[in-house]
Amino acid sequence: MSLTQQEKAEELIEAFSFFEEWEDRYGYLIDLGKELPAMPEVLKTEESQVQGCQSKVWVVAKTSQGDGQSHIDLLVDSDSAIVKGLIAILWQVSSGYAPQEILAFDIEGLLKRLDLEEHLSMNRRNGLYSMIQRIRSLAVQGA
Amino acid sequence: MSTNTLTQPKKKTFDVEKVRKDFPILSQLVRGKKPLVYLDNANTTQKPKCVINTLVRYYREYNSNVHRASHYLGSKADHAYEKGRHKVQNFLKARHFEEIIFVRNATEGINLVAQTWGRRNVDKGDEILVSAMEHHANIVPWQMLCEERGATLKVIPMSDSGELDLEAYEKLLTPQTRLVGLVHMSNALGTVNPIKEMIATAHKQGIPVLIDGAQSAYHMSIDVQELDCDFFVFSGHKLYGPTGIGILYGKRELLEVMPPWMGGGDMILTVSFDKTTYNDLPFKFEAGTPHIEGVIGLGAAIDYLNGLGMENIAKHEAELMAYGTEALAQVPDLKMIGTAKHKASVFSFMLGEIHPQDVGTILDMEGIAVRTGQHCAHPVMQHFGISATVRASLACYNTRAEIDALVQGLHKAHRFMG
Repeated sequence: MSLTQQEKAEELIEAFSFFEEWEDRYGYLIDLGKELPAMPEVLKTEESQVQGCQSKVWVVAKTSQGDGQSHIDLLVDSDSAIVKGLIAILWQVSSGYAPQEILAFDIEGLLKRLDLEEHLSMNRRNGLYSMIQRIRSLAVQGA
Repeated sequence: MSTNTLTQPKKKTFDVEKVRKDFPILSQLVRGKKPLVYLDNANTTQKPKCVINTLVRYYREYNSNVHRASHYLGSKADHAYEKGRHKVQNFLKARHFEEIIFVRNATEGINLVAQTWGRRNVDKGDEILVSAMEHHANIVPWQMLCEERGATLKVIPMSDSGELDLEAYEKLLTPQTRLVGLVHMSNALGTVNPIKEMIATAHKQGIPVLIDGAQSAYHMSIDVQELDCDFFVFSGHKLYGPTGIGILYGKRELLEVMPPWMGGGDMILTVSFDKTTYNDLPFKFEAGTPHIEGVIGLGAAIDYLNGLGMENIAKHEAELMAYGTEALAQVPDLKMIGTAKHKASVFSFMLGEIHPQDVGTILDMEGIAVRTGQHCAHPVMQHFGISATVRASLACYNTRAEIDALVQGLHKAHRFMG
């Protein structure tokens, strides 16, 4: 049985709680990004790119059926290591879940508990906010 | 006269530690008790106590509308406001006080010229000439004008060190050229352009020149009469003053024949539904209640800078610049973008393959404020074939120790991300 979004969120919160120094937190964040499934270069198109001011961010979604309901599989990537870590968190609690589950999940709340919500307000810089919007609109389309 | 004034040496020495005490914001600890290292000055500078106190005093003691209120407070506000104009006039060494127009920022100053002087003087087939290192503020208003009037925007090319090609410049000046728009000091590269010579070259053909002084005005002394520029713009918030106040300087003979831009109160002499007559300079361009405390605060900032001495500031920053250039060269994989011979107060660079935004995030975690990105100068980034840089920029209160902190932070970023 795979984990629920909430269980994954709790795992992330616990993992981050071990770190006292920012170096360790960001090191872990960057590692999360490195563990993402690779996104083939051909999928990095203008269409899959999400508006960010400085770093490039891409997302593609595929809807598939399983367990009697549809769920959305995501591939995400960024040219910034830190932003890639941030979107890896989004990926963990979004990819593989039903559109309704994605839409219902409080991602801002999770980022806040991980003490990373500051990156949301910097949306002009890193496209994280646009990424959340894009994943939600993909979920609406898949619902 | 007090004996103190008599015994005080004429040339004051510049003591950066003393200067820092004038800026309350700089003494704070950030990000888990790290001393704030503020190196984002090309974005905006911090404000000295005297500016902050001036703003507070205005609201506590004599807040009133200007040019309209016939009472004690109104006359006090009027006096302080117009004194602000005279301070700016002296700061730029302008010939006449009515050559100083209050706007919101340098951007608005350029737009004002484009929309008034430009609309009257630029027609189909004409050309506007700008440089390859302009901030968007000195590109887009001209593009908008050119589109409307059927004119063409031409560009003075630059070298890979970030210096303008002066031979190409001369060739680009044609009988169709109506105006040259030039940045005095590049915000993305730090290059200080030889504007005096470039203005003279344009004037030989009778072409007026607008100087974007947003970056230069707080680093070096400006003399618009000596430069002989036709327009000069800068923003108060970069000059240690409040946000929302900017200056457009224009030669009186040019401003006089320019039509007003925005209509409203204060810019008129008489209004009827048949005909309105306009006020004289500078009020013709200042419709509505202005940014009163902004003007007064900017005046306080100018007093402060005069107290320190612009020459002293320029000398201090040049020393820091030399120290920083050498120190940053020791950081592995650091590539400086913009290596012009004449450069001031800006380090724009890449750190190996690390995304500039990641470098900025790590520096921020160490309490070091820089800007990362394209610095509102997309064409500059395109020239160098890069998507962004890290930019550390200096002001009068920065120290060698802060450069050392930056270097340490970059070593850390290199270890962390490299």
